[in-house]
Amino acid sequence: MKPTLLRSLGLSLLLALALAVPFVASGYQIFQATMVLVYAIALFGLNILTGYNGQISLGHGAFYAIGAYSAAILIDHQIVPDWATVPIAGAICLVVGYLFGRPAARLAGLYLALATFALAVATPQILKYRGFEHWTGGSQGIILDKPDPPAFLPIDADQWLYLCCLAVTLVLFVLGRNLLRGRIGRALLAIRDHPIAAASMGIDTARYKAMTFGVSAAYTGIAGALGTFAAAFASPDSFDAFLSLRFLVGIVVGGLGSISGAFFGAAFIEFVPNLADRISKAAPWAIYGVLLILVIYLMPSGVAGLIRAMTQKINRDKETIREET
Amino acid sequence: MMQALLHQILSGLANGGIYASVALALVMIYQSTHHVNFAQGEMAMFSTYIAWALIQAGLPYWLAFFLTLGFSFAAGVAIERIVLRPVANAPVLSVVVVFIGLLVILNSLAGWIFSYMIKSFPSPFPSDAWYGSPYLSPHEVGMIAVTLAVLTLVFGFFRFTPLGLAMRAAAQNPASARLVGIRVGWMLAFGWGLAGAIGAVAGMMAAPTLYLDPNMMTGVVLYGFAAALLGGIDNAWGAAAGGFIVGVAENLAGAYLVGTELKLTVALAIIVGVLVVRPAGLFGRTLIVRV
Repeated sequence: MKPTLLRSLGLSLLLALALAVPFVASGYQIFQATMVLVYAIALFGLNILTGYNGQISLGHGAFYAIGAYSAAILIDHQIVPDWATVPIAGAICLVVGYLFGRPAARLAGLYLALATFALAVATPQILKYRGFEHWTGGSQGIILDKPDPPAFLPIDADQWLYLCCLAVTLVLFVLGRNLLRGRIGRALLAIRDHPIAAASMGIDTARYKAMTFGVSAAYTGIAGALGTFAAAFASPDSFDAFLSLRFLVGIVVGGLGSISGAFFGAAFIEFVPNLADRISKAAPWAIYGVLLILVIYLMPSGVAGLIRAMTQKINRDKETIREET
Repeated sequence: MMQALLHQILSGLANGGIYASVALALVMIYQSTHHVNFAQGEMAMFSTYIAWALIQAGLPYWLAFFLTLGFSFAAGVAIERIVLRPVANAPVLSVVVVFIGLLVILNSLAGWIFSYMIKSFPSPFPSDAWYGSPYLSPHEVGMIAVTLAVLTLVFGFFRFTPLGLAMRAAAQNPASARLVGIRVGWMLAFGWGLAGAIGAVAGMMAAPTLYLDPNMMTGVVLYGFAAALLGGIDNAWGAAAGGFIVGVAENLAGAYLVGTELKLTVALAIIVGVLVVRPAGLFGRTLIVRV
C-alpha cells in the first residue's frame, strides 16, 4: 500500500473515532475529550510560534485568558449570539498578539521568555483589577450557561459542545497545516533557523515575527473561548502563570514543530494531572513532576519526535532489506 | 515628602538585595550551561523550610543558617548530577520542561512535608538594634549587609581561589579546560551547589518579611530573573546591580504610580520596556555576530 493512501486511511479512522466519542463516553469523559481538543488548538497555536518560528512564549496563558474573557463578556452582556463569540475572540487575540509581537520581535531567547512570562503573571492581576470589575466580575469571575444544542438534534449540551469543538479543531488544523506547508511556513522556518540569512533573502523578519505572534495568539484565544464554554466559567485564578507553563510543557512533550504533537501534548496536560492525583493524593504535583521528567528522559524531542525517529528507522530497515535481497 | 521618597528608595534597596542574590544564583548556572534555572526560587524556598525546621528543633539561628547553606550546596550538586546530567544534550526547551518538573516537585513536596500553612520566620537582627533608623528597620539593614557579604565572598572566590579559576575556565571553554585536567562535569555541579547556597541566603533573608509558604519565592524569582536580564545575564556585577535597580523601581512604582495591586505588572512593564530599548541589558555586552 502507498504511504499517502495509508495516511489518509489512518486519518479517516481517527476522525471516525473522534466522532464516535460523544456517543459512547459518559458526561465527564466527554468534557475531558472536549478539553483535549481545546488544548490541542491552544498548543497548535503556541507551536506555530515556538516550534516553527523559534520565538519562545511563556505567556500564552494570557492569550487563552483574553479569548476566554472576550467570549464570556460578550455572552454575559448578550452583545452577540453565542457562536459569533468564538471568531470575535480569535480576532481580538490576533490584534493583541500582533501588537505585543511587534516590539517583542526585537527580543530574542530569554528576553522574550521574560517579557511573555511577565504577561502571564500580570494577567490575573489585571483581570482582578477593580476598575474593570463591571466587565470581568473581579475575582468572582463570570458564570455562563452551556450553549443549547439546536432543537432538531437528539443530543445534550455536552455532546453538542464536543462536536462544535471538533469542527473548529478540524478547520483550524487544516488551515494551519496549509499555512505552514506553504511559502509563509518556509519563511517562518527560515527565520527560526537562521534569522540573518532569512533577512538577507528578503524576508521582512520583524513583520513575519509579529504576524506569527498574532496568528498564534488567535489560535490560543479561540481555544480559550471554547474552553470557557466547556467549563461554563471564567475566573482570574484559572489563568495563572502556571497555565502558560502547562502549555509549554504540552508542546515539548507533544513534540516541537509537529502538527500531530499538539494532540499528544493536549492529552498529556489533560490526563496526567488526574493520573498523578490517583497515584498520590498527598503530593499529586510531585508525582506529576516526576512523570514529566521521566517523559523528557525517554523522549527528549517529544512524542512526535519519537514517532518520527521510529518511522525513519523502519524505512531505513526496509531499504536495507531490499538492498540485501 | 523627601523623607518618604528616601524611605521608599532605601527599603527598595533592601528588597533589591534579595533580587540581586537570586539574580546572582541564576547567572551562576547560566554562565556555565546557558540555561535559566526556573526552579531556583523553589530550591530557595525549600532551603528556607529546612532552616525553619532546624530552628524549630532548637538550634541557634546562625548554626541553622550555615547548616542550611551546607544542605543547599549538597542538594544543588545532587540535582545537577542526578536530574540534569541525563538531559545535558537535549534541546533547550526540553531542559526548560525538566526545570518546570523540578519546580512542581519541590513546591508540592514542601507543601506535603511542611503543610501549606503560612509560617513566620525569625530574623537574626533584633528589632531594637542600634543600626535601625526611621528609614530602614534593622532587618533591612541586615539584609543589605548580608547581600553585600555574599557578593564579596562570591567575587573573591572566583577571583582569588584556584577552584574559582577552574570553574571559570570550565564555563568559558569546556574543551580546553578538560585538556588541562579540570573535571568540567564536577565544576558544573559545584556551580549548581553555589547557586543553591546563594538562593538559600536569599530565601532566609526574604522569609521574615514575606512569611514562609510554598509559593513564597514566585514573585521574588521573577524579579530576580528580570534583574539578571536587566543587568546583563553574562555579567555577574551587572546582574547584582540589576537586582538593586529592580528593587528600587518596584518600590517606587508601588508607592507613586499604582497601588500594590498592580505593582508587579507595572514593574515588569518598565523592565520589558527598558529591554526593548536595550536588548542586551544595561551592562551587558552587545554580541556582534559574524555571518
